[in-house]
Amino acid sequence: MSRNYSALALLRGALGGNRNWDQAWRSPEPRAHYDAVIVGGGGHGLATAYHLAKTHGMTNVAVLEKGWIGGGNTGRNTTIVRSDYYYPQSAAFFNHSVSLYEKLSRELNFNIMFSQRGMLTVAHSRGEVDFQRRLVNGMALNGIDMEMVTPDQARKLCPIMNFGPEARYPILGGMLQRRAGTVRHDAVVWGYARAADRVGVDIIQNCGVTGIDRDPASGAVTGVQTTRGAIGCGKLGVAVAGHSTMLADMAGFRLPLRSYALQAFVSEPLKPVLDVVASSALLGVYVSQSDKGGLVIGGNADAYASYAQRGNIPTAEAVSAALVEFIPSFSRVKMLRQWAGIVDYAHDSSPVLGLSPVPGLYLNCGWGGGGFKAIPAGGETFAHTIATGTPHPLITAFSLDRFRDLALVDEAAAAGIEH
Amino acid sequence: MSGFRLKDHPRAAAAEIGFRFNGSDYRGRAGDTLAAALIANGVVVVGRSFKYHRPRGIIGSGFAETNALVQLGTGAHTVPNAVATRVPLREGLAASSVNCWPSVGFDLGGLNDRFSRLLSAGFYYKTFIWPSWHLFEPIIRRLAGLGRAPTLPDPDRYAARSHACDVLVIGGGPAGMAAARAAAGGGVQVTLVEADDHVAMEPLPNLRILTRTTASGYHDHNLVTAVEEIDGPVVRQRFWKIRAKRVLIAGGAFERPLLFGCNDRPGVMLAGSILHYLERHGVAAGRRPLFAVVDDQGYDVAIAARRAGLDVVGIVDARPEPGPIAAAADALGIAIYPNHSVTRAIGRKVVSGAELIDQATGQRIRIVCDLIGMSGGWSPAVQLFTQSGGTLRFEDRIGAFVPDRSVQNARSCGAARGIFDHADCIADGAAAGHWAATGEDREVPEIAAAVRAPLHLPPPGAKAFVDMQTDVTVDDLRQATDENYRSVEHVKRYTVWGMGTDQGKLGAVNGVAVLAALQGLAPGALGTTKFRPPFAPVAFGAVAADRLLGPFFHPWKHLPAHHWHVAQNAVFEDYGWLRPSHYPEGDETMAEAAHREALAVRGRVGLFDSSSLGSIEIRGRDAGRFLDLMSVGSPSTIKLGAVRYNLLCNELGTLMDDGVIARLGEDHFLMTASTSHAERVYRWLDEWHQCEWPLALSIAEQTARWAVLTVAGPRARIVLENADCDVDLSREAFPHNQIRSGRIAGVVARIQRVSFTGELSFEIAVAADYAESLATHLMTCGAAEGIIPFGLEALDLLRLEKGYIHIGSDTDSRTQPADIGWGKGIARKAGDFLGKRSLLHPSASAPGRAQLVGLQPVDPAVVLPIGAHIIGGDPHPSRGIVTSSGFSPMLERGLSLALLDGGRALMGSVVTAWSEGRSWPATVADPGVYDPRGERLNG
Repeated sequence: MSRNYSALALLRGALGGNRNWDQAWRSPEPRAHYDAVIVGGGGHGLATAYHLAKTHGMTNVAVLEKGWIGGGNTGRNTTIVRSDYYYPQSAAFFNHSVSLYEKLSRELNFNIMFSQRGMLTVAHSRGEVDFQRRLVNGMALNGIDMEMVTPDQARKLCPIMNFGPEARYPILGGMLQRRAGTVRHDAVVWGYARAADRVGVDIIQNCGVTGIDRDPASGAVTGVQTTRGAIGCGKLGVAVAGHSTMLADMAGFRLPLRSYALQAFVSEPLKPVLDVVASSALLGVYVSQSDKGGLVIGGNADAYASYAQRGNIPTAEAVSAALVEFIPSFSRVKMLRQWAGIVDYAHDSSPVLGLSPVPGLYLNCGWGGGGFKAIPAGGETFAHTIATGTPHPLITAFSLDRFRDLALVDEAAAAGIEH
Repeated sequence: MSGFRLKDHPRAAAAEIGFRFNGSDYRGRAGDTLAAALIANGVVVVGRSFKYHRPRGIIGSGFAETNALVQLGTGAHTVPNAVATRVPLREGLAASSVNCWPSVGFDLGGLNDRFSRLLSAGFYYKTFIWPSWHLFEPIIRRLAGLGRAPTLPDPDRYAARSHACDVLVIGGGPAGMAAARAAAGGGVQVTLVEADDHVAMEPLPNLRILTRTTASGYHDHNLVTAVEEIDGPVVRQRFWKIRAKRVLIAGGAFERPLLFGCNDRPGVMLAGSILHYLERHGVAAGRRPLFAVVDDQGYDVAIAARRAGLDVVGIVDARPEPGPIAAAADALGIAIYPNHSVTRAIGRKVVSGAELIDQATGQRIRIVCDLIGMSGGWSPAVQLFTQSGGTLRFEDRIGAFVPDRSVQNARSCGAARGIFDHADCIADGAAAGHWAATGEDREVPEIAAAVRAPLHLPPPGAKAFVDMQTDVTVDDLRQATDENYRSVEHVKRYTVWGMGTDQGKLGAVNGVAVLAALQGLAPGALGTTKFRPPFAPVAFGAVAADRLLGPFFHPWKHLPAHHWHVAQNAVFEDYGWLRPSHYPEGDETMAEAAHREALAVRGRVGLFDSSSLGSIEIRGRDAGRFLDLMSVGSPSTIKLGAVRYNLLCNELGTLMDDGVIARLGEDHFLMTASTSHAERVYRWLDEWHQCEWPLALSIAEQTARWAVLTVAGPRARIVLENADCDVDLSREAFPHNQIRSGRIAGVVARIQRVSFTGELSFEIAVAADYAESLATHLMTCGAAEGIIPFGLEALDLLRLEKGYIHIGSDTDSRTQPADIGWGKGIARKAGDFLGKRSLLHPSASAPGRAQLVGLQPVDPAVVLPIGAHIIGGDPHPSRGIVTSSGFSPMLERGLSLALLDGGRALMGSVVTAWSEGRSWPATVADPGVYDPRGERLNG
């Protein structure tokens, strides 16, 4: 059990030459059997394990991670947390997630640095302003803190945007969510890992799942085959984003998901120059500045399905051009790194969260480019679903059955860009 | 450290150049880098580190420089975080240190260094939780970051160039030159890129040399990007995309620092860089250098420094038995300290000495010096190789990672694969060049086995920096390991080791060796962190260069009659195409103009430019069958010369677009699509044709080939009758929903009787070149009837009065044909079609679906805002949305279209529309309120 983090702990650490820190989490050998196994040591998997132990008293739980925890999309995304979702089901879920994020540093005793600096999505035409009004009104009616902003207000929030006469697309307004912002993504992983470990969860890294064992009679999951041997389990939660279809394949069913590379970029570190998250769906770019000073930039997902976790030139060109068109003074700022994560999309860009066709196997996937912001609520509701065998009320709309029932929650049409 | 210029070096005779640094004037020489000139002027402290704000001097001479970052220039031309070792000196250059306040000499942020133990690895994850991160974040943000971004638009331009060659050689050192020479000797086309400003080799006819060009990315299919520094009056940089059949990576190696206390003090430099400044620039970085080495490689530098006249105070060799080269140093009178290592640099702000330890006895001695040259071995520059997908292996002989397996047509040669001997480099380069030209393998030199001292971990508390810029010490790595951050990626993220602007070029290999030692593993066991593109930071403007900006970012699409519209005083708006929104007279507002134009169409006649409507021709034996599969209706049953309204759905039965289909021949159909959907509809048809239904037909997008002008209004027929048209225009011969071919004023035309206004309309399509002459002709012929041009705003009012929808605005991603009143016939359609399964699914007929209705505000003067919601739903407040709105000229009241849950059952009831806190009562009505029986369009 590691000691609490605090300013006092830092002082104690300093006095001890920082040689007295506990492990943030243990690296135990896997046991032969767990009551629940979560595949995927990203934010969702770790948050789920944490809640299974903390909220539902299931302490015989393991998280299996193929590589290092947080090495997938949780550690690759552009760190934006927001809840500007249109449909009531999404709004309720993502707004709950933002609320949980607001308390997460304390909950986990780990500073995840939620910087609620506000997210501004600009509109470049009268049609786009009308569309934003539709979104903002809908979101406001669903209890989300969304507001329309005028061009003048947009200029105050972000004066370096392209308000010049040479702009291809003038800025005619925008919509703003003040509670939105950025979160230090790795901190979410480590914070949940440490908190889960503290309540007894085993975090097993370098443990790839190679097969899923099922009871021949009932079809129920009985365990997994891994690169570190067979591990039995009562329940199996799968939270592996872009690789969900592969896990489903091991369990003998298919998922209506497609995986794409979503690229991102970070610049050299700069003194504060951008105080909001600024986004333009029409230009295809969004940007924020990390507390370290780097600009974190994203665009649209690649147009073709892929598992290649790396950047390419066409996207670099398109996003760079959009960035310079959006904020012309960033032309001379230098790109430091380009990378990609593999995001899994359903038809309607809403998650698949809940039961699967296989008894004892539960699904947490289909987040597309939006999984990071969902981690606290995803973990909480997924743990509830696994522990009780019944979907949490906040996620019933996101069941796999919705594709059979044609009850889609089509956020694809409402968002316009991943972030 | 007291740098100075050597008088007998040729550079001393080069032209003088004046420059400013931190507000002081200095003089350098033509050919200097900024770093060389600063050293020559005795400038020692050039910057401050990221976290502790420790004073930092120039440590290196190339890409791996992590300390000497400067802000170049001011205003719109400023460049943040320029690496002084890579900045050529220019007359009038002005540079200043980054990340310090008030000055680099006295930086208040330096207080952080006093409390560095409190600020150890990841300290910010452990505090600032109470009361709230928001209290601390602004302060942290201000302290973090390095240079300042410009805030003005970039006045420079960037060029882009694509280039193909047989062989690309990256790097113009000994191996690269030998490789280029050998490859060119094979008769193939060779391109060599070199970051430096010259390559010392002879010109060859089939060799292209690009200097000041840095390879930045290595992508699939041997595509290498490179940035060429131009610094011209117009073009600043050129972004190259080079596709080569074979790539030879000869990018050299990076020297490793040694890990001892205060190894970051100004005056501690890489030995190879000291040599670089001596030989290349004739600049000595100090007068009394001390060298610390782990193998033979640092000796050369010490000897060269001695020969240049410096007072070399010693060579500290960590090996118990120095190699034979020690004799050469000894012969020059250089003191050798075998089996010693430096424990720390002495000096508060700059180096004034070094403390050594005798590893055998533990005895410590101090040596006075003003410069410490570190030589911790060399690490091949494997960044581009790993970007190409190649794998690495740890090579014990050099204590670093070398290229292992290539997955592309690429080889590394010379120092880039661990060959450091000069003659071996040339032989290795030549062999690689021969392979690149011919595909034949030749014998290559072996990596030399050197006697090297093992890694020596400094004791806790030593302040030995692994990553200088980000202030990561061995202690930080130790702490991260204690805390079980074990993956190199975890350590990188937790400590920020390797996340500086050099992306680990200086400290990555040392770091993984330290981590492995801490975990009790072999030095290479942990692998490296991932090296991502770009190799060195690249301006976004340079990457964007190939995509033009401003008006060309998305090129404007002009109508064929654009200039004619300009002459008609049109106001344009970007609807995907630049189209007239209205044609104001006098000081009319847009609303006033649209009102006037709409009334003219209802009362007389108007001319509208429909050229941007998508025009797609489908031709072939199976064209009808294919269109039946793609459509809700059955276009195959359209009679020759007839036109029919058509709906396209996706697999979910959701409306994608509407339009009309005309049958031009037995196997020839013309489909129109909304302006905003034209491209998507074409791609949609093409995708289904190619991927699912490869029937006998072809699809051609013809929008830009045609100009389409619509004459609409009760007097439209008269206008055309006056227009020298050879088509029988009578109601009987040419009824609504028909198409005819003929000539107008001698020009071949297709004329359709379709209407988007509800009025009698003729839609005339001619070849795009005739757009302006036809428009002029029609205006002339219609003058007596009072014809005027009308824009999209008027059209919007006209369609609103008729309840004609715009797919995408008046529908959303759930709207199906039945929801807009087109449900009949779907169940009866025998054949399969896109969306059929979904449209026959129970969900398609579930109660409460959002349906298209009209809304009439109770107060007729009110025009509901588009995007208002209809409230009062249960359990969710919103029960619908206002999708289109306007003030009807004919009804003289506000009218709207809306998608309302269960709307058609609510006709006549009053609902509440709400937007941004305001609300209005409105009556639910049929969507089309003007001429509901549609008699006017028959003229």
